[in-house]
Amino acid sequence: MKTNYGKIIRNGILDENPIFRLVLGMCSTLAITTSVSNGFGMGMAATFVLVGSNVVISLLRNFIPDKVRIPCYIVVIATFTTIVQLLMEAFLPELNASLGLFIPLIVVNCIILARAESFASKNGVLASAMDGLGMGLGFTLALLVLSVIRELLGSGTLLGVPVLGAGYTPAAIMTAVPGGFLTLGLLMALINKLTDKDKK
Amino acid sequence: MKLHVSSSPHVHAPQTTQSIMRDVLIALAPATVVAIVYFGLNALILVVASVASAVLTEFVIQKLTHKKVTISDCSAAVTGLLLALNLPAGCRWWAAVLGAAFAIAIVKQAFGGLGQNFMNPALAARAVLMTAYPAMMSGTSYQSPNFWGDAVSGATPLSLLKDGYTASLPFNWEMFLGLRGGVIGEVCTLALVVGLIYLLIRRVITWHIPVIYIGLVFLAGLILNGFNLEIAVCYTLGGGLFLGAIFMATDYTTNPNTIRGQAIFAVGCAVLTVCIRQFGSMPEGVSYSILLMNLVTPLIDRFVNPPLFGRRKRHAA
Repeated sequence: MKTNYGKIIRNGILDENPIFRLVLGMCSTLAITTSVSNGFGMGMAATFVLVGSNVVISLLRNFIPDKVRIPCYIVVIATFTTIVQLLMEAFLPELNASLGLFIPLIVVNCIILARAESFASKNGVLASAMDGLGMGLGFTLALLVLSVIRELLGSGTLLGVPVLGAGYTPAAIMTAVPGGFLTLGLLMALINKLTDKDKK
Repeated sequence: MKLHVSSSPHVHAPQTTQSIMRDVLIALAPATVVAIVYFGLNALILVVASVASAVLTEFVIQKLTHKKVTISDCSAAVTGLLLALNLPAGCRWWAAVLGAAFAIAIVKQAFGGLGQNFMNPALAARAVLMTAYPAMMSGTSYQSPNFWGDAVSGATPLSLLKDGYTASLPFNWEMFLGLRGGVIGEVCTLALVVGLIYLLIRRVITWHIPVIYIGLVFLAGLILNGFNLEIAVCYTLGGGLFLGAIFMATDYTTNPNTIRGQAIFAVGCAVLTVCIRQFGSMPEGVSYSILLMNLVTPLIDRFVNPPLFGRRKRHAA
């Protein structure tokens, strides 16, 4: 059986988008999508960890005893998270400061653990890498959509550049937690509505 | 001739949604007139903008979702008017438009329309506006009545009380007539009480929620202020208590079905209001108290509803 790598990537971005479809990783999603730079940074960091951990776990999938598989996954994921954190501290200190605790928290991000458990532990190395890439890009894309809306309405800026003019009064609620819940819920409703139409 | 076939009991009530909502609008009329007379042009603009936005939003959403358009039942107009009366005079018209649209689109229609909303739409919109535009919804945005003259920003009696300026509190009769700072619809207790009496006579609401709620807060005001009657009256009349207890807490959808449940609801509102005033950072807590009690209404209903006919009582034997 030939593996369709394009389909695996597409699956992560659209059909099983981790945020809009699987509703995983909500904590970091709601907390950090207050600005586009945060959303993009978080998405990239998670993508790196996803691809790395999926590859290593897929390589070790025949050696990890079933009973202790979760701790093993965590060790692998923690390794890659530490790499990301040290790299960010060294090269992107500002982003690191604004993401704060949420970078180390990638270790317990449900998306990464879910992909390790449900995909990487059962599939080949290349397929797992593609799955990690697809899921990571899907996560990044969803974070970007959320953070563009929230930064635009909540601060009147995009990537820190004012775009809505001085006449716009920023709605502080959009960069606060309730704004995150509202945006996410409405987007999910919209996406469900749109995909529902396709099926009919 | 049209024949209606339905199961018993065949009870006919003269009240319809439209007649009830019209009665609420009539009951709000004195407070609305007073708001416009006291706070001038911007109050009028806020009322018009909010009501228009609420009705228009309901119309557009029902058109888009191919539902029956029910703007003629006046419920959207009531929501819009209540929101406007809950805004400080310094609020901008576009915030009222946004708030009313949020109340109807998100809080009411997204959850299934009239009778399905889980919290009071007008209060939810007020809470959203307070979080979204804190500068516009607090501080200097609160004005004292200026009778169409220049805007005078004025602290509300409750914030004076909270900061300990008891000497600069308005007299009790001034507060009863509404000569004090506050959101445009809450200041004139007299107008609100007239509305309450009208609603009671028309049997739109029962006395339980307003009387228990206001009574308990007054009692707390007495106890907390060393049984100083004048300050206790200030404590009771000073915030949005009358507006909330008469018009918001009595919203049919979001309070319990039974009188016993409504009593629990009113006690909960009173306790939360006093707690927020006493221990919270904000001077007033009526709107958040009612919103929180809206959320526990299904729970109250579950515990106090009488058992269905023919079923055993829950705690029997």
